Amino acid sequence: MPRAALTGSRIRRFRLDRGVRQADLARDCDISPSYLNLIEHNRRRIGGALLNRIARALDVDPVVLSEGASATLTSGLEAVAANAPAGEGLEPPEDFAGTFPGWARLAVEQQRRSETLERVVEVLNDRLTHDPMLSASLHDVLSTVTAIRSTSGILASGEEIEPEWNARFVRNLYEDSQRLAQSAEALVGYLDAGGDAARRTTLPQEELEAWLDAQGWNIGEIEAGADPSEVLAASGTELATATARSMAATYLTRYAADAESVPMVPLLDAIELGRTDPAALAGQFKVGFDLILRRLAQMPDSAFRGGLAPGLVLCDASGTLTFRKPVEGFEPPHFGSGCALWPLYEALARPSQPIRTEVVLTGRDTRQFTLHAFATTRFPAGFDRPGVVEATMLIVPRVGDTGDEMREPLEIGTSCRVCARGDCPARREPSILSLARAGA
Amino acid sequence: MGGRVLLIEDEPNIIEAIRFILSRAGWRVDTHSDGSTAIEAVEARKPDLVILDVMLPNRSGYDILNDLRQAAATENLPVLMLTARGQKKDRDLAEKLGASRFMTKPFSNGEVLAAVRELVPE
Repeated sequence: MPRAALTGSRIRRFRLDRGVRQADLARDCDISPSYLNLIEHNRRRIGGALLNRIARALDVDPVVLSEGASATLTSGLEAVAANAPAGEGLEPPEDFAGTFPGWARLAVEQQRRSETLERVVEVLNDRLTHDPMLSASLHDVLSTVTAIRSTSGILASGEEIEPEWNARFVRNLYEDSQRLAQSAEALVGYLDAGGDAARRTTLPQEELEAWLDAQGWNIGEIEAGADPSEVLAASGTELATATARSMAATYLTRYAADAESVPMVPLLDAIELGRTDPAALAGQFKVGFDLILRRLAQMPDSAFRGGLAPGLVLCDASGTLTFRKPVEGFEPPHFGSGCALWPLYEALARPSQPIRTEVVLTGRDTRQFTLHAFATTRFPAGFDRPGVVEATMLIVPRVGDTGDEMREPLEIGTSCRVCARGDCPARREPSILSLARAGA
Repeated sequence: MGGRVLLIEDEPNIIEAIRFILSRAGWRVDTHSDGSTAIEAVEARKPDLVILDVMLPNRSGYDILNDLRQAAATENLPVLMLTARGQKKDRDLAEKLGASRFMTKPFSNGEVLAAVRELVPE
């Protein structure tokens, strides 16, 4: 039986942590030391008035002694403790929760709020650093302010201005003030993304990904054999820009070809039987690794353990992410490159070689994933022409007890600026998060 | 009496305001708005000073400045760079490419006039 589940063991631990001798506690509670010894070794049941006396003597809530601190509170405190500086000797979370339950709940709540704020900072930092829409908006605002400042400076100078020029500047001032109001309003609306900041669409690629997300990444019509052009036509105004529609047409055409090679029903049957290894599935369906990785990411969430379908990223030879399907806990960056330690990039250097890597994400929740990567080279222009390389990476969340322990998982992030790994050999730029201690 | 200034900028109302200020101070002001033909405009107008915006349609002001510094006829031509981006890296790049002055938007009329007078003494 786990030590924490036993009242006697908890009494003993609290007593020792407080530096109280067994004989002294026994005396304070009007019992003999030998009886207390039996209690502490779980050889006598305890409850009622005696439990209350012992709890009072140890200055701890009796419920904590009889039931222990709630698992939620204890695990929450463990998350708080993970941020403690190296070498900081902290008392066990259960002790703290037992002695100061109110403070413990507050600490856990503060930790949750801090994590929420960190997520918002990540999104805003990503946007401020790389977002072309924001850059253009700010440029527009500053240029308009410059025009207003110069024009108003002329009008306010007190020097004589010809009526024709005067009228012109007044008109310019009016136009610029209108423009500034519109620019500022658009900018505020853009920044005011709230909790949905990560999902705002600014680029055609994001527009397509948002549309696919709304479909659950599984297009039933295509799976049923519909023509991609019909699906695109039915999307109506959800794909607003011509570029996004063009990208969607390319994506759906490939989707249809993949679905023809690996139909959904037999693939779902295989998954239900527990056959989720991409290499085995590629052999079963006699298709390439890249195709089976894409197909697995197109299956509905309900087909997978824990209700989480895998995520997927694609990149070209430059390392640019050309497709992103996030999965809970693994949000590929919207701008810039991903983590240099991703096997996606290793696959670029070793085309046609399947790579599987067990990873743990650094930072807040240290989730574990299995990443499968594979790169292919096509030569659409024929002999003596440049090849087109594409790398594919499937992101499979490890849910619950999978039965196989991860052996030394690789610590990775999603991108340098929001990665907490302190000893990363591949770091490109400093992180905005507090770095974990080396090797932690 | 001032010399000849070529203002390469694409914001019409900024162009109008700067042209007015400099003209009133005695400078002859020509304007140009397209980055891709900016070098030809400099060669044709032969200004004493160029006021060059960084973000222009079709070509960056940095590229234009680089070309001006590579040509013997314009390697020493005073160039006042205007930009909405005032970060150190932007200033460093402008300095490295040979900008005579770097001015961040929004600027005042007095600052522009003082910079022009400093770069091309009347």
